[in-house]
Amino acid sequence: MSKILLLQGNQAVVEGAIAAGVKFFGGYPITPSTEIAEQLAERLPEVGGKFMQMEDEIAGIGAIVGAALTGKKVMTATSGPGFSLKQEFIGMACSSEIPMVIVDVQRVGPSTGQPTSPSQGEIMQARWGTHGDHWLIALTPASVPECFDLTLRAYALSEKYRVPVILLMDEVIGHMREKIELPDTYADIPQAERKQPTVPPEKFLPYSVDESLVPAMPAFGSGYRWHVTGLVHDETGFPKGTPEATLAAQNRLRAKIENNVDDIVQVENYKMEDAEFAVIAFGGAARTAYESVDMARKEGLKVGLVRPITIWPFAEKQVKELAEKVNGILVHELNCGQYVLEVERVVAGKVPVHLYGKYDNEAATPQELLDEIKKAMANK
Amino acid sequence: MKHELRLSGTGGQGLITAGIILAEAALLDGKLAIQSQSYGPEARGGSSKAEVIISDETIHFGKVTCPDTLLVMSQEAANKYTNDLGPNSIVITDSLFVQNVPGFTGKIYALPITHSAKEELGKSLFANIIALGAIVKLTGVVSDASIIEAVLAKVPKGTEEANKKALEIGMSLIK
Amino acid sequence: MTMEKLVEKYFRPGRLPHIWCPGCGNGIVTGAIVKAIDKLELAKDDVAVISGIGCSSRASGYLDFNTANTLHGRAIPIASGVKMGDPRLNVIVVTGDGDSTAIGGNHIIHAARRNIDLTVVIFNNNIYGMTGGQYSPLTPIHSKATTAPYTTIEPAFNIPELVKAAGATFVARATTFHAQILADVIAQGIAHKGFSVIEAVSACPISFGRQNKMGGPADMMKWQRDHGVPLAAWDKMTDEQKEGKFPIGVLHHDTSKQEYTDAYDGIIKTAQGGK
Repeated sequence: MSKILLLQGNQAVVEGAIAAGVKFFGGYPITPSTEIAEQLAERLPEVGGKFMQMEDEIAGIGAIVGAALTGKKVMTATSGPGFSLKQEFIGMACSSEIPMVIVDVQRVGPSTGQPTSPSQGEIMQARWGTHGDHWLIALTPASVPECFDLTLRAYALSEKYRVPVILLMDEVIGHMREKIELPDTYADIPQAERKQPTVPPEKFLPYSVDESLVPAMPAFGSGYRWHVTGLVHDETGFPKGTPEATLAAQNRLRAKIENNVDDIVQVENYKMEDAEFAVIAFGGAARTAYESVDMARKEGLKVGLVRPITIWPFAEKQVKELAEKVNGILVHELNCGQYVLEVERVVAGKVPVHLYGKYDNEAATPQELLDEIKKAMANK
Repeated sequence: MKHELRLSGTGGQGLITAGIILAEAALLDGKLAIQSQSYGPEARGGSSKAEVIISDETIHFGKVTCPDTLLVMSQEAANKYTNDLGPNSIVITDSLFVQNVPGFTGKIYALPITHSAKEELGKSLFANIIALGAIVKLTGVVSDASIIEAVLAKVPKGTEEANKKALEIGMSLIK
Repeated sequence: MTMEKLVEKYFRPGRLPHIWCPGCGNGIVTGAIVKAIDKLELAKDDVAVISGIGCSSRASGYLDFNTANTLHGRAIPIASGVKMGDPRLNVIVVTGDGDSTAIGGNHIIHAARRNIDLTVVIFNNNIYGMTGGQYSPLTPIHSKATTAPYTTIEPAFNIPELVKAAGATFVARATTFHAQILADVIAQGIAHKGFSVIEAVSACPISFGRQNKMGGPADMMKWQRDHGVPLAAWDKMTDEQKEGKFPIGVLHHDTSKQEYTDAYDGIIKTAQGGK
């Protein structure tokens, strides 16, 4: 049995977290993500989980690192300034391979910016916000039902690859209310499992891997006593700073993601079958783009939409194929041009790549985007 | 059929709640709906708007671009949220707060919304539900049964009768 | 148990020698922690040791428990998450004076306020040792440091008073000279259900002692002997006699306040009972 509800994107993330089996949330209130904390404070103890409002954003993500070490599925949620503050821990989670989901409901920046206005200004920060080379996953929902689905998927990926997953939302989707159909009970929803050791504790090497390149992660208190560190470490988990150990550690962290892009990267194609021109848009900006594409079609223009659902790793293969298929691309994003840089890199001049960046606190209207599409098509 | 509504006024008038109720009523009717809002940093005071789009078909873009129906419950909102009205837009104003809708020459229903709330129910906080009654009666955008169900599901226990009365008062303002 | 036996039982094989300089007090404090754990007969699987970054924080890697050497200043939030995730665990935070009271200062006062059941052992060597001798919030005023070539003009924190005011329910201090007292108060801190802080006054002859002409390691231990006064004696001293000295022992112990994870269990009961 299921129920039909009118929920905000942020609320759908909360329900997705409960359905995914999240048992710990640590966070700090910040607009426009606050509803996630508020509602998890109510929902988590109902299912035996725990919620902690920490003293700051850093402590919020720190606490979830700790709870993750005890075997729990964990979440933190934030926006702009808070996302900046969490970056050091995101790096530790990459290095120590601690599964977690970080929700970032983007708002206008830099600095305090416009707390209640939409933006997609953290595309590059989601990829490169923490220092050092690192690999992680970021997903971007474009509807309320997708907020629920991608929260589940974020946990599936995070546990499978032992990597932090960023659920990169924006204010448009976080605060919009729309119809969602949810099951009456989450009991039948498959739970992502964390890989467990197959050897007894005395033989356990915490960072030794099989062909999946993903190490097993027993919980603190389970009888497997292991050491966690953000220092470069070898398979024993203890610091080792030799050039060989450093290279091996970095290469494995990269390969475990890059070898699996086909599993990780999802892209939706909308009216692309016969499209001669493609719009690339994601999250809240995609909502405008669907409608602009519909309007263009009504005028007989063969325009389609390519919507990256996985933002990172970049949909390299899909964009390469797209460049073979269409004769022009317009990237529409709610910033001055971030995702477009990757599109340009991969398209590499094969077809013209245009940008319609909107960064005035408001989502573009379908008519505004349609005008830009026409302009771009005219000077392809 | 797609119907775009904007409910605008001052923070604290319950317009976002009204927008959610309207969208929920549309779902009860088996339609699709999107509700969104925009507000400043203030929890109370300051301009506020809630937008609702109701349609039988998939709604992609969630913001109102040309309101079919606009509710205006403050003069500041009348000045701020009316520049995208079309010739066929219907405007409902709260006559207690709104003197004019600048630049709009179409049909305006100036209704004593807050006045009726105070006079007939003793509290201005019923104004948002009275406004919903008027909107539903005027546009038929959702069914009477669904708006009643949606209102009753949302309001605090013990206030059901008063809110039902508020809906009726709102409907009766449209002759 | 002899220290040799304790090392065999509680230290990870193959992880020694440690990185600490000759004369450093960190080994004595780490030894006091395992003595305390041994005294309480805790199973190794039931102990988590979470550290931040700095010389003292390296201790977690040498110890055969569930351990994490985390980020500078952030051991306490991580430890809070460990405790919330599995309240059965005895969670010990190993941290330095800079780690816990400068970059991590916000965390320690809020964990104290919550009264979450962690035992925080602050290795106070009055300096940032790992980076080579910059002043910390525990460097005494008018001391020299590499970032205070003309001496510091900032007063130092009084850790016990700070955490007591913030709500810690067990507060103690000892020195590496008073190693037995140190082990005893750490054991009491672990046994206490609530937020416990133990200030372990520890010598850094290389990065602090040398700059401040405190002599060698033995001289610094003598300084601890002459300045750390057991509480019973301290209470009989005049203000004049107390000048420049500090009390050691259990300075504050309050069992009247509810512990945080216990309180949260109440929240779960309320949330589930309301349905």
